[in-house]
Amino acid sequence: MNSSYAVPAVALVVVATVLVGAFGLRVSRTTSDFYVASRTVGPRLNAAAISGEYLSAASFLGIAGLVLVQGPDMLWYPVGYTAGYLVLLLFVAAPLRRSGAYTLPDFAEARLASPAVRRLAGAFVVGVGWLYLLPQLQGAGLTLTVLTGAPDWLGGIIVAVVVTATVAAGGMRSITFVQAFQYWLKLTALLVPALFLVLAWQGDGAPRPAFDEPAAFREQRSVRVGDSIDLRLERPLTVTVTGTVDGRSHDAARLRLAAGTHHVARGTRLVFDRGTAVPAGARGTDDALSPSRAESRSKRPLYATYGLILATFLGTMGLPHVVVRFYTSPHGVAARRTTVAVLALAGAFYLLPPVYGALGRLYAPELALTGDADAAVLLLPDRMIGGVGGDLLGALVAGGAFAAFLSTASGLTMAVAGVLTQDVLPSRGVRHFRLGTLLAMAVPLAASVAVGGLPVADAVGLAFAVSASSFCPLLVLGIWWRRLTPPGAAAGMLVGGGCALLAVAATMAGLPGDGALHALLAWPALWSVPLGFLTMTLVSLATPGRVPTGTAAILARFHLPEELRNERAEVTP
Amino acid sequence: MPQDSAERRVVVTGPPRRARALGHYRPRTEIDEQTTLGHTYVRSLMRSQLRAALTAFAVLVLLVGPLPLAFAAAADGRLEWAVLGFGLYAPLVLLARWYVRRAERNERDFVRLVEDR
Repeated sequence: MNSSYAVPAVALVVVATVLVGAFGLRVSRTTSDFYVASRTVGPRLNAAAISGEYLSAASFLGIAGLVLVQGPDMLWYPVGYTAGYLVLLLFVAAPLRRSGAYTLPDFAEARLASPAVRRLAGAFVVGVGWLYLLPQLQGAGLTLTVLTGAPDWLGGIIVAVVVTATVAAGGMRSITFVQAFQYWLKLTALLVPALFLVLAWQGDGAPRPAFDEPAAFREQRSVRVGDSIDLRLERPLTVTVTGTVDGRSHDAARLRLAAGTHHVARGTRLVFDRGTAVPAGARGTDDALSPSRAESRSKRPLYATYGLILATFLGTMGLPHVVVRFYTSPHGVAARRTTVAVLALAGAFYLLPPVYGALGRLYAPELALTGDADAAVLLLPDRMIGGVGGDLLGALVAGGAFAAFLSTASGLTMAVAGVLTQDVLPSRGVRHFRLGTLLAMAVPLAASVAVGGLPVADAVGLAFAVSASSFCPLLVLGIWWRRLTPPGAAAGMLVGGGCALLAVAATMAGLPGDGALHALLAWPALWSVPLGFLTMTLVSLATPGRVPTGTAAILARFHLPEELRNERAEVTP
Repeated sequence: MPQDSAERRVVVTGPPRRARALGHYRPRTEIDEQTTLGHTYVRSLMRSQLRAALTAFAVLVLLVGPLPLAFAAAADGRLEWAVLGFGLYAPLVLLARWYVRRAERNERDFVRLVEDR
C-alpha cells in the first residue's frame, strides 16, 4: 500500500488531537474542570464525546476483520456494544449521575461506606482498563505496520505518548472536545470510503457471494504467507504450493490436502483456484489467544453467541471510560438524554463496519488466511479502487483508525489514572494525576510489546466479560436493592469478576485443550454473571446486620429528581 | 427540569441536612426528615422507575433473545446479515426514547405529588 498519503493523514490526526486538546487546556483551570469538566457538558457535546470514546479500534478495524473471517455471527459485537448502552440507560444512567461520585470506586464507597469495597472496585477498574487498553495499542501498531512496514511496537508507542501528553496536560475537559471531534472524524473516515467502495462494487456488476458461507475466492488468487500459519481444513483442499507445507517442500506442486490441520511455513506461496472456499488460518502460537476463532465456536456456536450477547449487553455499564463520562452530565435527566443520543450516534456508526466486512469477503478473502483480517478496512480502498483515489481514501481510513485508538485510549487512561491517583498514589492533586497517567499507560504498553498478536475485537470481548461479572451486579444491586451489604458486594465482585478473570487468563494461556470445558472458559459471561449476582445477593442476605446505616438516604439521593434535592438548600429566604 | 443555577453545583456526599425550610408541604418534609412515610414516598418512586426499566428490558430480551435460535434454524445467512447489520439499531433507539419519556414522566408525577402542585 502506498504510504505517501497515509502517513501525512495519520500525522494530521495526531497534530489535530494535540491542538484540540491544547484548546481545552486553556479553559481547564480547577481540579473539578480537570476530572469532570465541571459538569457543564451539554447532552449533544457529551454524546458525541461518549461515542467518540466508545468507538474503539475494535469497532473501527476489528468488527470488519471478524466478519471477514467468521461471517455474520460476529455482527453480534456491534449490536451488543450498542444494546449495552440501552441496558446502561435503563438501570444505571440517571442514578449514577445523581450519586455524585467521580469514579466507580467513588460510587462503591458512597453506596456502601466501605473503604475495602472501594479498593476492590478500584482494582477491577484498573484491571478492566488495562485489558481494554492493550488491543488499542496493538491496533495502532498493526495500522502503522500495514501502512509503512514500520515495526509492530512503533504505532503503540506513538499512541501512548500522544494520549499520555493530552490527558496529563488537559484532563477531562480537553478530552471532551477531543472525543467529540474524533467521533465525527471516525464517522467520516468510514462513511466516505464506504460510499466509494459500494460504487466500485456496483461497477463490478454487484456480485453477491459476499453473504455466502463460507467465503470463497472469486478468481484464482496467489497468497504469500508472511508468518508461518496453521491451516485448519474442514474439507479437503486442492492448492498449488511453492514452499513448505507440513515440513515438506514443494515447487509449484499441486497438492490435495486432507481435512485437518496443516502447518504452512513462512514465505510459502499458495495459489487457490477460483471458487475454492477460504480456509481458516491462525498464526501457530497466537491461536490460543482467540476464543472466537477456536474450535469452541464450531462446536458450541449457540453457547458462544449467547455468551457474547450477555457479556456485551451487561458489560458496557462497567467499562471505566464509559462510566466516568456520566459524571460530566449536568444532572440525571441530561444523563438519560445523553445516553439516547449515544445510542443513535453509535448505531449510525455501526451500519458501516458490516459493509467493509462483506466487501472484504469478496475482494480480500485471503486476509482470513494470513491472520491479518484486522487490516481489511485499511486495505480495501487500495484493493478495490486503486490509483490516487484509492490511496487518498486509504489515507482517510488510516487517519480515522488512529483517531479510534487515540480517543478510546485517552478515555481509558483518564479513568485508570483517576483511580491510581485517588486510591494508590499517596496524596491527591493534579501533579499526582499526571504521575498516575504515566503509570496507567506504561503497563499496557509494556504488555503490548511483550505479548502481541491478540485479535483486537476478541481482547475487547474479554474485558466486557470481566466487567459484566463484577461491576454490573455492583451497579444494578447497588442502585435498586436496599439490602446490599459491603461483604456481599465484595464477595460478588471477587467471585463473579474473579472467575471471569481466571477463565480469561486460562484461555489466553491455552490451558484447556478443547471441548466443553474450553467453551465454558472462553465464554465465561454466561455462568460468571449469574454467579456474581447470586453471590452478591446471598452473602448480603446472610449479613443483614452489615447494611450501611445511611442506605435509605443514599438511595433517595440516587433516585430523587434534582429539583427536589436542590431547592431544599436554596429556599432559605 | 432543574434550573441552570443548579447545574454548576458539585454534590458532596455528607450526612443529610437537618435544617429545612419552613412552610413546605408535608411530603417534602417527610422525605427530608427520612421518616418512615418519607421512605415510602421514595420507595414508590423507585418502584415505578424500576417497573419502567424492567418493561423496556423485557422488550429488549424478547427482541434479541430468540434471534440466535432463529439464525441457527434458518439456512440462509442473508437474514442474519440484514437483521444484525442494519435492522436492530433503530428499534434500540426507539426503545430508549420510550423509556426516557416514561422515566421523566414518572419523575414529574412524583414532583407534583410531593409538592402538591
